[in-house]
Formats: sequence, C-alpha cells, structure tokens
Amino acid sequence: MAEAADQIFVALERWLVGHTPAGVRPVFAEVISVVALLAVFASLFAMTTVLERKGLGRIQNRYGPNRVGPFGILQPLADGIKSLTKEDIVPQAADRIVHFLAPVVLVLAAFSMYAVLPVGRNMVLANLDAGVLFFFAASSVMEVSIFMAGWSSRNKYSLLGAMRAVAQMISYEVPLILASITAVMAAGSLSTVTIVEKQAGYTGILPHWFVLTPWGFAGFVLFMIATTAESNRSPFDLPEGESEIIAGYFTEYSGFKFALFFLGEYIGMFAMSGLGITLFLGGWTAPLSFLTWVPSYLWFFAKLLFMIAMFIWIRGTLPRLRMDQLMNFAWKFMLPLALINLVTTGVWRFLPHGILRWIVCAVMVVVPYILLGRGLAQGWKLKKRVYRFAE
Amino acid sequence: MLFTIFAILTLAGAAAAMSLRNLVHSVLALIVAFGGLAVVYLLLGAQFVGFAQVLVYIGAVAILIVFAILLTRSADTASSSIGGSWVAGGVTALAVFGVLAWAISHSSASHGAAMPQPEASMQQIGDALMLRFALPLEMIGLLLTAALIGAVTIASREKRGPR
Repeated sequence: MAEAADQIFVALERWLVGHTPAGVRPVFAEVISVVALLAVFASLFAMTTVLERKGLGRIQNRYGPNRVGPFGILQPLADGIKSLTKEDIVPQAADRIVHFLAPVVLVLAAFSMYAVLPVGRNMVLANLDAGVLFFFAASSVMEVSIFMAGWSSRNKYSLLGAMRAVAQMISYEVPLILASITAVMAAGSLSTVTIVEKQAGYTGILPHWFVLTPWGFAGFVLFMIATTAESNRSPFDLPEGESEIIAGYFTEYSGFKFALFFLGEYIGMFAMSGLGITLFLGGWTAPLSFLTWVPSYLWFFAKLLFMIAMFIWIRGTLPRLRMDQLMNFAWKFMLPLALINLVTTGVWRFLPHGILRWIVCAVMVVVPYILLGRGLAQGWKLKKRVYRFAE
Repeated sequence: MLFTIFAILTLAGAAAAMSLRNLVHSVLALIVAFGGLAVVYLLLGAQFVGFAQVLVYIGAVAILIVFAILLTRSADTASSSIGGSWVAGGVTALAVFGVLAWAISHSSASHGAAMPQPEASMQQIGDALMLRFALPLEMIGLLLTAALIGAVTIASREKRGPR
C-alpha cells in the first residue's frame, strides 16, 4: 500500500506512456516529466508568493493580502492576470533583442536545474553521472541573463544592479560549490541520485543524513547562506536595494517580463534549496525510521516548504548588508570556513568510526568558526545602539 | 545532424563575436559559441568537459570579460579598417588551420575503423586525477594560487601618503 502510494506518479507516467505509439514513447515520457515539473514548481511559486506576503505581514504586525478569495489565497491569480494585461514597456534606448532575451534565458536556466533534482524515489528527470556539475553549470547561466537584463535596459540603476548582482553571485558561488563538494566527497559521486541513496540508512531511528555530522552541519549552513546570496534574497538583496537603485537590474521591465523575473528568481531559489535538501538533508528520505511509509515526494516537498519558511523568516527579520560587509563576509569568512570544512570531511572519512572522530571533527568545525569570527570582529567598536525616540 | 547544427551555431557565434561592432554584443555572441562548444562535447559523450565548459567559460570567463569591458571607457568601438595586422592575423589563422587539418587527416584516428565510443565515467576521471595525475594537479593548483596571490598583490598596492 505504502509502496503503491510512493510510486503512484511513476506508475501514472508509465500508464500514460503505454497508450502512445512505440515510436514516440521516449520523447513522450520526457515531455510528461517536464510538464509535471513545470506545473508543480510554477504552482509552488504561486503559493509561495502569497505565503511570503502573509508571513511578512505577520512578522511586520499587519494582515498581508486578505481581499482576493478566502484569506487572500487567490491573490497569485489576480497578480497573474494583472501582469498579463499590463502594457509591456521597452525603453526607447534599450537594446531590444537582448532586453527580450534576458528574462527568457533566466527562466530557462532556472527550470533546467530541476532536471537533476530527485523529488522522490525514482522521480528524477535525468540521472546524470555529473548531476551536481550540471546543476551549477545551469545556475551560472543565470548570472549571464541578469547581466543581459541590466545592460540592455540602458539605465544606470539597472546597470548598477546588474553589476552588484553579478559580483555577488560570483563571490558566493565559490563557498557554495566548496560547501557542496563536502557532500560529493562523502558520497563519492556527483550523481544526485547516488548522493541521496548514500544517506538512506538509519541508525536507531535517526537517518544517515549528512547534516547530522559536524562537517555536514557546517556545510549545510554555509550552503544555505550562499544560496540566500545566490538567489539575491534578503539580507543579501543589494542588487535590488529599492532605497538605492529602485529595483536593480529589472527596473526597466514591466508586465509579464517582470513577472518572469520574479518567477525565475523564486524558481532558482527553490532549485537551490532542493539541491541543499538533496546534498545534506537526505533528499526524499524520511527523517525518522518509522516514518518511511509516508510517500517520498511528500518528504521532499515538506523539506522544501520548511526551507521556504526559513527564507521568509530570514527576510522578515534581518536588515540588508552593506556592500563591503557582503564581500568581506564571502571572502574572509565563508571561504576559509568552507576550505577548512573540506579538510574536516577528509578527516571524518579516514578516522575510524567512533566517538573520537565526532570530537575531532566538531573541534575542527567550531574552533575555526570562533577564531575567525573573533579575528574579523577585532577592529569593530560595537556599542549598544541608543534610539532617541523609539525607546 | 545535431552535430552540424551546433557546429554551425558555434562558428556563427565565433564569427559574430569578431565582427559585431558593440563589444557587449560580441561577448554575448562569444557566450553562444561557448555554449555550442559545450553541446558538441556533450554529443561526444564527454559530460564532465561539457558541463565544466559551461561552468567555467560561460559562468566565469565570459563574466570576467564583461566586467573588463564595463570598467573600460566605452562599449562602442570606432570602426576599424582592414590593415596590415588584419592580414597578418588572417595568414596566421589560415596557417594554423592548415597544420591542424593536415595533422588530423594524417592521424591514425581518422583512418582506422570506427572505434567504440570510450565511456569515461566521472569515477574514472576522478580516479585518474587523484591517483595517476595527482602531482600535475597539485602543481597546477600551486601555480594558480601563486597567480592569484600575485594578482591581489599588484592590485592592492595602495599609495600611503598623508591624507
């Protein structure tokens, strides 16, 4: 029973493919998977927009959207219709072709990342031998599209936003990839499916997720911070800092192209979170050994929703960084920690199982963190901030 | 068939990168050429090289070129005429092409029977890099680190005068 529920979508696809002529079957199977991925993650995007506005509303002590439909849950529909019917304005000085291509490339690159994400048992579009590499290759194309958007608009704010975005994404790509290499090293494979399978066992009731080891925990935290920066979300949202540069690289986009940028950004964020889940949180495996009867895809999406909730929470609570803080954080703090974490993973791999390697690796994670943090904070003169009117 | 399409795409991208007036357009055309090349690698069954091509060339090299262009004064260049250097460049390109074509047509690979497609898995590439070619890999790493430190040293030389 549990088996059938777990494989229901795989069986459904097989059944659908079985009704087509033999010649087109492979193509048809791919098309079904792609359509399903597009539909599911696009609706997740719609759901997230309303969840985010609701969540931010609660954090900021207001209601959030509550006029369209019950509790405002039909808000994404209204937003979609609005952006479809809006006029599509292209600045006169803009480079028309590049201006048009930028959102297309962004959304294409963002969606192609899902090709290697295992969203459930036997539910991956392409089990590539170099899956993780493919993922990062696709995500690096997003940088190009952002630059295209900023440059082609012929607007100083757009160009500034694009330069900020590209500089930030390149900087944070380094700790991002270094952090994910730890999981690749431990699993001994670049294939996302194999990485999930390596985390599938249980000790007692606890799973063998990489996040439950010292290096895995550090790697996961580094990965998620870098992901926040890669997807240009608060507190790393300088590229679209509205108090300084209006909306950054998509200032000159309106109507549905603006919606496409919005979509691409969220889709990219989901994909990155999905990779984090795959690498460190055991992909679609259940968190406790007696919960394995719950279908695997439900676990994946539960973890994804948890990540989204964390993103919303962080956005609602942290102020934006300054540019120098952003760069210092990436190069002076995250990069050394990610490198040390790589060594820790190697030590973990070669020490014998037991309490000793836990202690050694935990020390190797915690001590550099404290020393580096203290060292970088040496010159700071932090005092308690005194507010004149707010207290 | 697929190879022809992507070979034409790569060549067209490269040609556009050379001939377009606007430098940023040239970079975008270069990105198309890089992407076409990556697809050709993938068609040859070289997954690692194909994805690394996208990651390194599109994700890093092209972006670096973009930064270099935007930090210089203008993206629009004055029209250039066909001069002596143009001819010299053309002759060099032709000579290189001739040598390569001669070498390929005389090599054993193009005459022997169709070889079975070698299957290089990621595992094999990793093993080769970490065991047999560990020393060259370390040397390259050292060289790149030295270059990086050198670049930072040159770039960060500040004039420390009285303010």
